[in-house]
Amino acid sequence: MLKQVEGSAAVAEAVALARPEVICAYPISPQTHIVEGLGERVKDGSLAHCEFINVESEFAAMSVAIGSSAAGARTYTATASQGLLFMAEAVYNASGLGLPIVMTVANRAIGAPINIWNDHSDSMSQRDCGWLQLFAETNQEALDLHIQAFRLAEELSMPVMVCMDGFILTHAYERVDMPSQADVDAFLPPYEPRQVLDVKEPVSIGAMVGPEAFMEVRYLAHAKQTMALERIPHIAAEFKARFGRDSGGLVRSYRCEDAETVVVALGSVLGTIKDAVDEMRAGGVRIGVLGIQSFRPFPLAAVRAALQGAKRVVVLEKSFSVGLGGVVSTDVRLALAGLDSQGYTVIAGLGGRAITQASLVRTLGEAIAGTLQPLTFMDLDWRIVNRQLEREASMRRSGPIAENLLRDLGSVASKVS
Amino acid sequence: MLQIRIHGRGGQGVVTAAEMLSIAAFEQGHHAQAFPSFGSERTGAPVVAFCRMDDHAIRLREPILAPDVLIVQDPTLLHQVDVFQGLKPDGYVLINTRRSFDALGLADISRRFRHERLTTVPATDIALKVLGRPLPNAVLLGGFAALSGLITLDAVEHAIRHKFSGKVADGNVAGAKEAYAYVQKEMKELAHAQTS
Repeated sequence: MLKQVEGSAAVAEAVALARPEVICAYPISPQTHIVEGLGERVKDGSLAHCEFINVESEFAAMSVAIGSSAAGARTYTATASQGLLFMAEAVYNASGLGLPIVMTVANRAIGAPINIWNDHSDSMSQRDCGWLQLFAETNQEALDLHIQAFRLAEELSMPVMVCMDGFILTHAYERVDMPSQADVDAFLPPYEPRQVLDVKEPVSIGAMVGPEAFMEVRYLAHAKQTMALERIPHIAAEFKARFGRDSGGLVRSYRCEDAETVVVALGSVLGTIKDAVDEMRAGGVRIGVLGIQSFRPFPLAAVRAALQGAKRVVVLEKSFSVGLGGVVSTDVRLALAGLDSQGYTVIAGLGGRAITQASLVRTLGEAIAGTLQPLTFMDLDWRIVNRQLEREASMRRSGPIAENLLRDLGSVASKVS
Repeated sequence: MLQIRIHGRGGQGVVTAAEMLSIAAFEQGHHAQAFPSFGSERTGAPVVAFCRMDDHAIRLREPILAPDVLIVQDPTLLHQVDVFQGLKPDGYVLINTRRSFDALGLADISRRFRHERLTTVPATDIALKVLGRPLPNAVLLGGFAALSGLITLDAVEHAIRHKFSGKVADGNVAGAKEAYAYVQKEMKELAHAQTS
């Protein structure tokens, strides 16, 4: 059924359609509306056989999720930003134990400086935690990915993070096609755990493992993610057969057939990039986009196949590894090893900085002209950067950086963007 | 694609207005996207929300930099925020005020844009009358329907009833209708003044 709803409301409804049995969460922007929507459904009884557990922190949220998943309950939680960092230890435990929890990360920057806006620093900080990480381009894909995520998580007995851009998606009203309960039930069978805490058949879960088997347990986690490379396209194809939509999968190309330049990105910025690509195509530029839907497991072969013909590859990312450059770029370069293409990393949209079509067209034009730096911070305000560098060079007690920059900028509320 | 930017202050329902516009557009069979300016909004702080409408899926996610329509929910913003930033030459403007457009000291704006597309409506007064609270957001959408003809009053009513229920919905619908009639009359007078 077509609906015009907020992204968070769409995800809450999709999660409810997946019939979770335990939902635990601690509120943090921009994830809050999702669990509020689920809490209301549990309270009014429309989401039956589900316990909503209020917890005292994100660390508790993931700890409760681990317990309920180990007890055999289909378990869901959601978080963002500092909340994800606060639960990090338990996040690693969930994957190490092989528990198929599904968690939404409403992507948001990490402080300091404190910032509630969108970028991908939070989920990227957990890149190596062993969870699968799927990225949504639209609210439709976000809701579809949640339904697929439970299926994927439970097939593999591994936790899945569904990453959706905070505010840009979670707070956007747009049209979504909401599946019926009957179709979701047919697509997603009841949870059949591989391991379960059961008083009738007691087992230990979470034993200490020494050097004799630790590497093997870790390798098996990697083997499961490798299996996921097969399962993700299969589940996406089955989803399409039932629901009629291309959602999820490993990667998705747009106008890449004869493209000399391909832009690689994750998440909602793909939409703006596609509009930029259409604009450039209209001017005769052979350019396309590759969206990565599955960041973990990273689809090396699919990325390589999609980028094989490109002369230049521009990875645009909303996170970066301080002291190195791109996070996604590093993985993309691994996929391109031995191929003869020029690689660029464009860091954009950190802390909610708007990524505009005009800036994309200009930046991509510079890549094509060969004038773009290998590592570029798009729309960086060099005036305030250089003023701070001069300040630091000229005096010892130069003061707090963020506050200096805000003072240099003056009023920040007077501009639209 | 039609792009609408709404300026107001935290607590005036700026974000809700954009959401209701998107619901109204959806009701008329369009694709629509509404989103806020994602600030850490506080009561009284300047807030911006956006709505795009089109006949196909909307992919663009940037803030609206060149709006076709501006709705200003609080006239005191005119001296604080550059609300007219990027407005298209043939754009529509609707400001919540008792005063006329020219009386606001916006003669320069009147010259730069199409006079018959710039109008005001006392939405806060109307809201106080029909709701008992100074919440001009839904009322202004009625005014916008009259000013632009781009969405119908029926679709605005549907969107209001989607968001609110009971007396609040009834009051807002009544307010939107009153604003619709007010702006229609104002536009007739404007057209008359121009032809005579």
